[in-house]
Amino acid sequence: MADTMSATHGAAPHGQPDGGDVTKRDFLKLLAGAGGAVLAGAIVWPLVDSMNPSKDVLALSSTEVTLTPIEEGQGITVSWRGKPVFVRHRTAKETKEAEDVKLSDLIEPETDAARVKAGHSQWIVVIGICTHLGCIPLGNKPTDPRGDWGGWFCPCHGSQYDTSGRVRHGPAPLNLWLPPYAFESDSKIKIG
Amino acid sequence: MAGLHKSDFKNPVVNWIDTRLPVFTMMQKEYGVFPTPKNFNYWWNFGALAMVSLMIMIATGIFLAMNYVPNSTMAFDSVERIMRDVNFGWLLRYVHANGASMFFIVVYVHLFRGLYYGSYKAPRELLWMIGVVILLVMMATAFMGYVLPWGQMSFWGATVITNLFSAIPIVGEPVVQWLWGGFAVGNPTLNRFFSLHYLLPFVLVGVIFLHIAALHITGSNNPLGIDVKSDADTLPFHPYYTSKDSVGVCVFLLLFAILVFFAPTFFMAPDNWIPANPLMTPPEIVPEWYFLPFYAILRAVPNKLGGVLMMFGSIFVLFVIPWLDTSPVRSAKFRPIYRILFWVLVLSVIVLGMVGAHRPEGIWVVLGRIATLYYFAHFLVVLPVLGKMERPLPLPESISRPVIGGGPLPGGATAKPMEKV
Repeated sequence: MADTMSATHGAAPHGQPDGGDVTKRDFLKLLAGAGGAVLAGAIVWPLVDSMNPSKDVLALSSTEVTLTPIEEGQGITVSWRGKPVFVRHRTAKETKEAEDVKLSDLIEPETDAARVKAGHSQWIVVIGICTHLGCIPLGNKPTDPRGDWGGWFCPCHGSQYDTSGRVRHGPAPLNLWLPPYAFESDSKIKIG
Repeated sequence: MAGLHKSDFKNPVVNWIDTRLPVFTMMQKEYGVFPTPKNFNYWWNFGALAMVSLMIMIATGIFLAMNYVPNSTMAFDSVERIMRDVNFGWLLRYVHANGASMFFIVVYVHLFRGLYYGSYKAPRELLWMIGVVILLVMMATAFMGYVLPWGQMSFWGATVITNLFSAIPIVGEPVVQWLWGGFAVGNPTLNRFFSLHYLLPFVLVGVIFLHIAALHITGSNNPLGIDVKSDADTLPFHPYYTSKDSVGVCVFLLLFAILVFFAPTFFMAPDNWIPANPLMTPPEIVPEWYFLPFYAILRAVPNKLGGVLMMFGSIFVLFVIPWLDTSPVRSAKFRPIYRILFWVLVLSVIVLGMVGAHRPEGIWVVLGRIATLYYFAHFLVVLPVLGKMERPLPLPESISRPVIGGGPLPGGATAKPMEKV
């Protein structure tokens, strides 16, 4: 490299003989700057990454739920990744109501079929966190207020969700989120 | 004094800030154009290296504290969790644990450099004393940090060191119970050690600020130990010493990385992987290597209070050496006898370190006593007496003489120091 440089610039290898051309010093400055940036990144990344979820936290990222004890019309709350997940056994009426809603009536249009697993439409599994500001809506227990659409009612700011967990009344902007889950058998699901 | 600062900076944003808070002017003055003796050797890197070490320790420490649990039932497991589960936790902990060793290596070299080149002599006495305070705070911080993993060595190290205070007549026992917050080292002790271990590094930052402030008043000493006579004797700190320090930092980080990645447990005691057990002392209690010389002094005296006093005295004597040393010549380069005795001192400290690592039996007892004797004699007898008896070599006229005009340098005699481009 040095040879090429001095050959290019002839008599004055360190100066700027022909105005504005790239000198060896420019190259060295860029190289040092880039090296410094890479080094700083390499130093900062482990520090930053140590604040991400650790392996023992990630190891808690799946939860199995046995559905047998949940009667029709009842719901339970399970903890998944430290968050509440509502698992609700809908009555036939509730399921039908959820399926028959016109999409145009919805704040975030989504069919019920897209929110349950095929063949298990009596089970609705949602993350029990209001999409407004993170409170836990009421309605899992039959004695809780469930709002005008029979799903969930958030006590913080009055958002209401239907039996599919879709928002029907603000201020919440979105439907209750769905956790990733799968049926391991007819009576058992694995969340996460 | 009130009034806006007249800033010379061209950049409008920098100028705006600098007018109201002249930090840029200050940095330019203290680290940009700051006149620095031009004859520094690489031993003058170690102040900057110590600063880098402290920053590494604070950075890794803050992130470790996010995952550490200062509770006697959970501390050990939380450290293991850091090692196994936390992303890069192993790296943070190994950097932090070995960083303590690197920090002490650097600071000890820095200290002995000061002793060799007479950096403690007038007008730098206060600068030196602040340095000794830094050493003491560092030692307290390191000791309390070592307790936190709550292994066997942590626990029994804490027990032994806190029990040193029981040697104080009359109030010894109440003082020790106060330190423990109980009747033995336990959860309250661990809690307060964690709190103080987090606090003291920031105290260090403050004391180091004073250390550097004092340095920038007196100016740096140099390998010749003579005062700066003219501008020809100095170079601007930047780019000359920023570059030279950067070379040192690269070498330092390289050695640090070798330690962390290839021998991370080199300085660690295997017993500290056993959770603390208040009912069983490990067969051999050894402090961390950087405390070994002091530990050896403690054991060299067959009397509890005497040993403790000697151990603390071995550091406190450093406070008064500016007045113990009667020689007006700073650099050992011009003190033929002191130069030899300096290395005898280094040897005695190394011997003390080895003595500290061995069980106090047979030859080690004798060696420990001889080395302890010399350590104190060096400061209390050699420094005062030698200054009066020794005939120093002739001092050079100025720093620039021996560098550019002193010897037969063909064609170099007229060379000017390269100007900053």
